[in-house]
Amino acid sequence: MVSGGVFFQRESAMPQPSISKTMTAGESGLALIFAVTAFLCVVASAKALDAPFAFHAALSAAASLAAVFFIINNYYDRPAALPAAEINGRPNYNMGPIKFSSFMAMFWGIAGFLVGLIIASQLAWPALNFDLPWIQFGRLRPLHTSAVIFAFGGNVLLATSFYVVQKSCHVRLAGYIAPWFVVVGYNFFILIAGTGYLLGVTQGKEYAEPEWYSDLWLTIVWVTYLLVFLVTIIKRKEPHIFVANWFYLAFIVTIAVLHLGNNPALPVSFFGSKSYIAWGGIQDAMFQWWYGHNAVGFFLTAGFLAIMYYFIPKRAERPIYSYRLSIIHFWALIFLYIWAGPHHLHYTALPDWTQTLGMTFSIMLWMPSWGGMINGLMTLSGAWDKLRTDPVLRMLVVSVAFYGMSTFEGPMMSIKVVNSLSHYTDWTIGHVHSGALGWVGFVSFGALYCLVPWAWNRKGLYSLKLVNWHFWIATLGIVLYISAMWVSGILQGLMWRAYTSLGFLEYSFIETVEAMHPFYVIRAAGGALFLIGALIMAYNLWMTVRVGEQEVQMPVALQPAE
Amino acid sequence: MKAILTLDNLASGLVTTIWTPVFVAIFLAIIAYAFWPRNKAAFDEAARLPLREE
Repeated sequence: MVSGGVFFQRESAMPQPSISKTMTAGESGLALIFAVTAFLCVVASAKALDAPFAFHAALSAAASLAAVFFIINNYYDRPAALPAAEINGRPNYNMGPIKFSSFMAMFWGIAGFLVGLIIASQLAWPALNFDLPWIQFGRLRPLHTSAVIFAFGGNVLLATSFYVVQKSCHVRLAGYIAPWFVVVGYNFFILIAGTGYLLGVTQGKEYAEPEWYSDLWLTIVWVTYLLVFLVTIIKRKEPHIFVANWFYLAFIVTIAVLHLGNNPALPVSFFGSKSYIAWGGIQDAMFQWWYGHNAVGFFLTAGFLAIMYYFIPKRAERPIYSYRLSIIHFWALIFLYIWAGPHHLHYTALPDWTQTLGMTFSIMLWMPSWGGMINGLMTLSGAWDKLRTDPVLRMLVVSVAFYGMSTFEGPMMSIKVVNSLSHYTDWTIGHVHSGALGWVGFVSFGALYCLVPWAWNRKGLYSLKLVNWHFWIATLGIVLYISAMWVSGILQGLMWRAYTSLGFLEYSFIETVEAMHPFYVIRAAGGALFLIGALIMAYNLWMTVRVGEQEVQMPVALQPAE
Repeated sequence: MKAILTLDNLASGLVTTIWTPVFVAIFLAIIAYAFWPRNKAAFDEAARLPLREE
């Protein structure tokens, strides 16, 4: 674990020796709330009906006490005045929460990729289950998906959104404790959700596995996130709201709506982890995939498109190719994505017209997706030569190419006749990973390679050569992964639908499983390469922070040249 | 007195159908806004926003 000094820097406040030091309403209020929460959690832990709930309540009690301690300790350590919003007319940007989230993103990324490699290996060699309940595929699989999507991706989005909103609004992040509450609170949610999966606590809804108490906690954290982001925009010094902030805002608002829509559950007891969802039957399935597909659309797409619209122009030192297109891209995506969910329920009890509606909207999504991809790629016009020399920019650009590829594939798979072959096969897994590893993974890596030197005030990365190694190793890993899953998926689909001349199924299920084995081995090898790339990255970023050369600071007395 | 805000009324043909033209109209207005000649200078400026900061 790193020492606090990596994230906290003494922030220079305006010298105001005359004011006396008092706790802010946020400090005293939060300390009190956390003290009460600690007490309630101890009671809940004592009265718990099941062991995982007792464990989570005890963990929450300890975390609440730690929060009280940190708030009071920070109060005694800080100067009387809170950090100034501006120093000599320049915004005093708040980098602490950004550094914390960047670190956690790298940590969870490696954890999530590692768990992915373990479950890929379990599929190839089932004996790796070791007959232990905690590391069964069924428990590790949600751990993998949540760790890479919500823990890795979520921390990347927290870090970049807090950075971009400050820099593009020319104003310091709103709130003093609130941004810290968001980043630490969110990671505590991840901890509760992840340990819950290992202990068998789950709602059984894909990408929405956390139980009712984790869901409630996430709601509080998420609303605070929305408020910090909104108030920062309201305080902005720049009259125009930059397009990346629109995408971030759409991501934050929609995830709140999806989370509330998909998770209304009644706990069996307030002292137990089990709950029952309010929706029943096909309504529950429809809610689930309205949630599930828009988690793809607004968490894994809108949020990361915000990264594309800020980090690619910044890194390429070129303006956005077409700002008009970015406006149409945004609104077309917003209007269309929300209807695409039913394509997850083709040939089920969902009414036929709803399936066709989901398919139609999925196909229409081709237009905004490719419009956005063209806008991201063409931003390089006049700077294409930089792809040769800057592996970070190359990573960002290849991510957009993968975005184009997987948003072509997705609508195609949503067509009902194609889906009749692809559904429930490994093709879906291949599609998801071309988007997740290629688009979300690479755009996140590119953003972190930019963000870490900026946030820690370093001249540049420790080694561009290592970025180059990361790029090629990870790219090879992705190619192995997705091509293995395409072949495996289509083979699987064809074997399932093969009939003999007498009308019997040609293959037994176990024969189709056996046919998958070589592809599962190739997939695990691809995942291992992706993990190795991430380890190289973690070392590179660590060295950037530890030994990287400090960017020369403008002397504070000088006014910046306009 | 007949209730107006019932589920049956909300799901009636008129109410569900009206959203289609409303959304299409809003979207067309957004396209017009994006391509309005007078906004061009402001958008070109906004496209450079990541490049001018500190």
